[in-house]
Amino acid sequence: MTGKARITLTVNGEPFEAEVEPRMLAADFLRDELGLTGTHVGCEHGVCGTCTIMMNGVSARSCLMLAVQLDGAEVQTVEGLGTIRDMHRIQEAFHEHHALQCGFCTPGFLMTVCDILESLPLRTDAEIRDALSGNICRCTGYDHIVKAVRTLVDERDGAAS
Amino acid sequence: MMKPVAFEYVRPETLAEAVTALDHDDARIIAGGQSLLPMMNFRLVQPERLVDINRITELERIERTKTGLRIGALTRHANAARDPLLAEHFPIVAEAMGHVAHVAIRNRGTVAGSLCHADPSAEWPLLVTLLDGEIEILGSDGHRSAEPSEFFLAPLVTDIEEQELVTGVHLPLPAGPSGMAFEEVAQRAGDFAVVAAGAMVRVENDTFAEVRLGLGGVFDTSVRARALEGALTGQRARAEELEAALPLAIEDLEPNDDLHASADYRLSLVPVLARRALIRALHRATQ
Ligand SMILES: Cc1cc2nc3c(=O)[nH]c(=O)nc-3n(C[C@H](O)[C@H](O)[C@H](O)COP(=O)(O)OP(=O)(O)OC[C@H]3O[C@@H](n4cnc5c(N)ncnc54)[C@H](O)[C@@H]3O)c2cc1C
Ligand code: FES
Ligand code: FES
Repeated sequence: MTGKARITLTVNGEPFEAEVEPRMLAADFLRDELGLTGTHVGCEHGVCGTCTIMMNGVSARSCLMLAVQLDGAEVQTVEGLGTIRDMHRIQEAFHEHHALQCGFCTPGFLMTVCDILESLPLRTDAEIRDALSGNICRCTGYDHIVKAVRTLVDERDGAAS
Repeated sequence: MMKPVAFEYVRPETLAEAVTALDHDDARIIAGGQSLLPMMNFRLVQPERLVDINRITELERIERTKTGLRIGALTRHANAARDPLLAEHFPIVAEAMGHVAHVAIRNRGTVAGSLCHADPSAEWPLLVTLLDGEIEILGSDGHRSAEPSEFFLAPLVTDIEEQELVTGVHLPLPAGPSGMAFEEVAQRAGDFAVVAAGAMVRVENDTFAEVRLGLGGVFDTSVRARALEGALTGQRARAEELEAALPLAIEDLEPNDDLHASADYRLSLVPVLARRALIRALHRATQ
């Protein structure tokens, strides 16, 4: 059937139930149906990374997923990280290092960093750049983003040893 | 604005249900969606029915067989990169996965999706060509398998029939201890390769018992440099012998000019990458 499909999912810890057209992209569902406009949409073909979310513990492009595919999933968006008064440590590090200017790319970077801090060793700055290569920023020139991530990696590894 | 046109969405839980769901004039499988959804967003592809195979969990396994490893169709690039069985027997897979797209795309994109998309610069088709893999296919008439040379027909064209799906790929273990290495040049990290080279070397009694060189980005499909492989087999296992055979690597190649690189540039990269891959593979084979 081309008709609507019923999905249940949790977004930032909150349960949701919705009816969606199969062709609706996950990014549009989060933004237009749930009003979570922190997830941005740039290229809609997987290249820019600004739509990156966490799904079931790993990062994913929400422009390359359908809303129906979120059925049963645990989703985290940038809104679930922190607030202006109570920032997540990743957001603080971006703030401290001036790792954003216009901010359009930032939600995607933050969600990517959530993933790579968990999944990759990131021993060198070259490895950090490689891990961030799926997110495009037109403003910062990347240096400050790499510095923010370096700080986070050092904190992570210091805590571990 | 780019959105897919309307389609019917079907989500089988078993292989049998998937084969039934594919019995339709215009059905398309979605696996990771990392190549298909961009094409649907651009409306280059407008299937009437989308068959989502992501719930068929039996397709996610990587297992040992008597003669090799079987990689399930739905194995994600990221999981292949950290799988212990693959790391033990085919460490070249993790090396190559570092060149496939970016973190979020590797979390979602699948082995069979990449094989069926059949981009001539993609890493999985090259690996399966290099490693003499067998592609396992299921259709309404049952199971069959295809060798890479039968499966990859042209850029983005494979031997898959409309009602078939790839269930996995079988990689036979090399006949003895071997060394493997992967090299690639792309414009930026995660871009499709301009040229990629994979090498496998087996040494017995100080001679090359077997040499394989696979190339991507230089022909309609991934290819093996058979002339070079044949010339080196039986030679003394030395870097100088590899160097001397390099001109054979570009025999019969017909790269295309495109947005990313000219045909000449691609051809000039072949001996450079072939050399690096072969020498590292030789080094690993003799360690
Ligand atoms: C920005 C970007 C960069 C990328 N860079 C690279 C790169 O450097 N190297 C690289 O190799 N890839 C790259 N990719 C593509 C990525 O690897 C895809 O994951 C892969 O090509 C397709 O796998 P998928 O599981 O996402 O397949 P899908 O997109 O779901 O499907 C692709 C095609 O295969 C068919 N199909 C899928 N599974 C099966 C099956 N089991 N049986 C039969 N047919 C099937 C589909 O119907 C469709 O026609 C990139 C993608 C993006 C968006
Ligand atoms: S909008 Fe998804 S990657 Fe650009
Ligand atoms: S801060 Fe403007 S695009 Fe990155």
